[in-house]
Amino acid sequence: MTAGTSLPPVTVNILTGFLGSGKTSLLKRLLALPDLKDAAVLINEFGEVGIDHFLVEEVEDDVVLLKSGCICCTIRGDLKDSLLDLHHRRAAGRVPPFGRLILETTGLADPGPIVATLVADPALRHQFRMGNIVTVVDAVNGTENLNRFPESVRQAAVADRLIMSKTDLVDAGTIAAFGQRLTRLNPTADILPLDDITTPDASLFVSDIHDAEARAGEVARWLAADAHHHHHDHHRHDVNRHGDVRAFVLTSAAPLDWARFGLWLSMLLNRHGTEVLRLKGLLSIQGVDTPVVVQGVQHLIHKPVHLDAWPDGIVGTRIVVIAKGLEPEVVKRSFRAFVELPASLHYR
Amino acid sequence: MCGLCGTFGSADHWTDGVGEAGTSFPAAERRRRASVANEVLGIYGLKLMEWSNRFTLTGRTGKSAVVDQFGAVWAEAERMTGRVCDPLDPAVIEAMEARRGIGDRG
Repeated sequence: MTAGTSLPPVTVNILTGFLGSGKTSLLKRLLALPDLKDAAVLINEFGEVGIDHFLVEEVEDDVVLLKSGCICCTIRGDLKDSLLDLHHRRAAGRVPPFGRLILETTGLADPGPIVATLVADPALRHQFRMGNIVTVVDAVNGTENLNRFPESVRQAAVADRLIMSKTDLVDAGTIAAFGQRLTRLNPTADILPLDDITTPDASLFVSDIHDAEARAGEVARWLAADAHHHHHDHHRHDVNRHGDVRAFVLTSAAPLDWARFGLWLSMLLNRHGTEVLRLKGLLSIQGVDTPVVVQGVQHLIHKPVHLDAWPDGIVGTRIVVIAKGLEPEVVKRSFRAFVELPASLHYR
Repeated sequence: MCGLCGTFGSADHWTDGVGEAGTSFPAAERRRRASVANEVLGIYGLKLMEWSNRFTLTGRTGKSAVVDQFGAVWAEAERMTGRVCDPLDPAVIEAMEARRGIGDRG
C-alpha cells in the first residue's frame, strides 16, 4: 500500500455559473478567506483569477501557495489527469496536504459529466468525493440566460447552493422575482446573495450532507422544498415547471422496501439518467429505524447515509426530483407501481 | 447492522446500501431481492438468480450473463433482449400495477 491510498478522500466542490455570472469574482474573494486554508482550487488559468496579490510562493509549475494557506492549481490536459496528478502530488508531499478541492468550471460547462468523472471513474472514486455544487447566477442577466441557454438551466438545476450575484445592480423587485424563479427551478438549493458588501462564507462549501453535524439541517432544506411544492400546488398545478425542467416530489407514507426502490431507481436512471438532473430524498425503509438519505446527480447516486431522526418529526418518504422532459405524473405513477407497498401486501 | 448495509458482497453500487457495516448479506436476502427483481424482469422474459455473491440473468432461450451488482441489472437486460427497459413506459407501468394489485390512483 502506498502512502496515497491511506489518505482520506478529498471533498470536491464544483463552482459553476454561466459566462459573466461572477464566479471568478466570487472565487477571488473566497481565496482570501482563512477558512479555506485546507483547500486547493483548480482553475483553468491563473490569469483569469488574478492571484498576484495573494501569492506567497510558486510550489511547482502549475501550483502556487496563497497567503490564506490555500493552494491554487491550473488544469493541465483533461480533468481526470489533473485530479490524479494532484492526488499523487498530495500523497507524495509535493504540495501542502489539502482536504478540499474547489473546481471552477468554464461558463458553458454542464456539471453532470464532471460529477460523473469524479463519482464513477474507478481511479478517482476512492480518492475524491462530491461535496456541494455551488452555482453563481447573475441577477442582471440570469433570467435571460435561463431563457436562452440550456447550460444555464442545468447549472442552476443541479446546484446545492445558488449564489445570486450583482444584486446591487438591480432593484428589490427584480431580485425577488428572480429568486422565485430559481426556487421553482431548484427548490432544494439555498439562495445566497453576493454583492459588494456580502460574501458567502466557507460554509458554502463545508456544510454538506457528508458532515454529520450539518446533515440534518441540509435535509431540512430539502424538506422545505416539499413544503414549497405543496404550497404552490394549491395555487397553480404546474408552477414548478421551468421550460421542460420541472421539480416535483415523490411521497410515500408507508415504509418502502429497499430492494424495490433500488430496482426502480436504477431502472429509471439507466434509461432516463440524463434527464434526471438532481434527486434528493429522505426515505423511510422497512426494517430500518432511522431515515435514509439518498441523493444524486443524473445517472449517479451517492452512497446513502442515515439521519438520527426525522428532521421535522414527520415520518415518511419524500424525494425531490428535478428533471428535464419527464412528465411528473408518469414518474409518480411508475414509483407507486414499482415501489409502493399496497396495503394488502407485507414483506417481513 | 441496518437493513441496508453491506449487501451483495464485494459489489460497489449505491443499491448495496449504507455500507458502514461492510459485511455481506446472506444468500437468502439476495434470493429475496432476485425474486423482487423478477416481478419486473418477467415482463422482458428474463430471470435473475442469486449465484455465489453475484447474480445470473437468464433469457428464455437460455442465454445468460453474470451481473455483479443488483442495481446494474438493467444495462445487461437491455443488452440481452435488445429491448428498452423503461419504467415510464405506460405498458410496463400497467403490467406492474396488475402484478402488484395496484390501481392507478393518480
